[in-house]
Amino acid sequence: MDAAFYIASVVAIGATVLTITRTNAVHALLYLILSLLAVAVAFYTMGAPFIAALEVIIYAGAIMVLFIFIVMMLNLGERAAALERRWRTPGMWRGPAILAGLLLIEVAYLLLRAGNATGAAQAVEPKQVAMALFGPYLIGVELSSILLLAGMIGAYHLGMRKIEEMREEHGTHIDEGRVVASGDLVHAGADRADRAP
Amino acid sequence: MTSPHPIWSVLGILIVALTIAAGLIWVERRLLALWQDRYGPNRVGPFGLLQVLADTIKILAKEDWVPPFADKPVFVLAPAIVLITVLMSFAVIPVAPGIIVSDLNIGLLFFLGMSSLGVYSIVLAGWSSDNKYALLGGMRGAAQMLSYEVFMGLSLMGVVALAGSFSLVQIVEAQRNLWYVVPQFAGFVLFVIAGLAETRRLPFDLAEAESELIAGFHAEYSGMKFGLFFVGEYLGVTLISAMITVLFFGGWHGPVLPPLVWFLIKTFFFIAFFVLMRAALPRPRFDQLMAFGWKVMLPIALLNVLVTGAVKLAWSR
Repeated sequence: MDAAFYIASVVAIGATVLTITRTNAVHALLYLILSLLAVAVAFYTMGAPFIAALEVIIYAGAIMVLFIFIVMMLNLGERAAALERRWRTPGMWRGPAILAGLLLIEVAYLLLRAGNATGAAQAVEPKQVAMALFGPYLIGVELSSILLLAGMIGAYHLGMRKIEEMREEHGTHIDEGRVVASGDLVHAGADRADRAP
Repeated sequence: MTSPHPIWSVLGILIVALTIAAGLIWVERRLLALWQDRYGPNRVGPFGLLQVLADTIKILAKEDWVPPFADKPVFVLAPAIVLITVLMSFAVIPVAPGIIVSDLNIGLLFFLGMSSLGVYSIVLAGWSSDNKYALLGGMRGAAQMLSYEVFMGLSLMGVVALAGSFSLVQIVEAQRNLWYVVPQFAGFVLFVIAGLAETRRLPFDLAEAESELIAGFHAEYSGMKFGLFFVGEYLGVTLISAMITVLFFGGWHGPVLPPLVWFLIKTFFFIAFFVLMRAALPRPRFDQLMAFGWKVMLPIALLNVLVTGAVKLAWSR
């Protein structure tokens, strides 16, 4: 299991690096999905199959689909990739690189001091996770559900207001939440129309 | 009954699942024809059975074309994803006692995870084609499958609560005396509808909707890449039918006949039901589909979980 853990970890790190360096947004997201799947495998080998399954269902399967959905709607073309390349100056690597280096030193120190970090004592069953969540950590569950509820109401409110504004501007017959194209990113995909059928 | 070596289960399930998926192309066309008062394929071989072979030869011989404007690596990857995720799901399905590839203790979650990864196939195919119709189909597919996945998971929580496990083998064992379709009828109906939506079959095939989007997300695909989407769809139908059998109709349990035969009979019954749905139902509008999912199905699924939990608690007192 150790070998599986380290292979998954290497895949996760590599995929994450590629996520940052890709200029094509969808390709970057694909690497991010790969990274999340690798983290799920790492969880599984650490004896947390339930968390691994949730990682795949929620992060890789639901949240990332929404990310790709948004990127698809923006319809980023060649010009967006060129813009991304232009924004990326050599100097901007310094800050994150120093911070990541500090973390790396910390992880290396912990690994060396504690010896083998993997090899959990036993697998954690879904039931144990549930009992922990609704026992000692109940307040955390409730707080996060309140946060989610607030987010949901906020999104609903914002969506409603947009439709109202549209009605005022264009008359009542427009009932889709269609937003007028604006901003560089949306225009960036405009050149695709020439090539697309 | 001694269980065979896992590799035999892998090979057996793989070959049988792929054969069924290929055979389904003929079965569906014949059944549809029967219900629409016509013959269907009946010229190639006895009862037109060799039609599948003829179609396969045709599809393999076709030009495998990648449009020059497409995003090539993603375009090639997309059809593989649908097949891989569906075939992976077959690994946790208990066909008969001992005939299972992997009895995971999180088997049900594994199935849900794989089906949620299957969305990428549609989304990426639609996006990489760089075609307006394909993009629209891909976006419809993503929105539809995400929405229906939510209560697909919820509809199964009643079964999990009753069986007390995510392991599919234990869920089947727990149905020795009573099939879960009786105490979990609401869950069963929800799962069938969500399953239809997950496999993107009519009346939920808005991602391809040939009358408005040409062929939706696979408009640019040809040859065997299109064939993979096609086989993936039939594999999906087989998978959902097998899951309905396992979760709600007692899996391999049944009198007289051997377990494997019972499993196949039940699975084929639901496959035929899926074909009947296609023959009988029209396609809804997309907003109707989404409203139905969020405003009708989700509340029922939540209510089902609540009631099942309450009854289970009261029972155990």
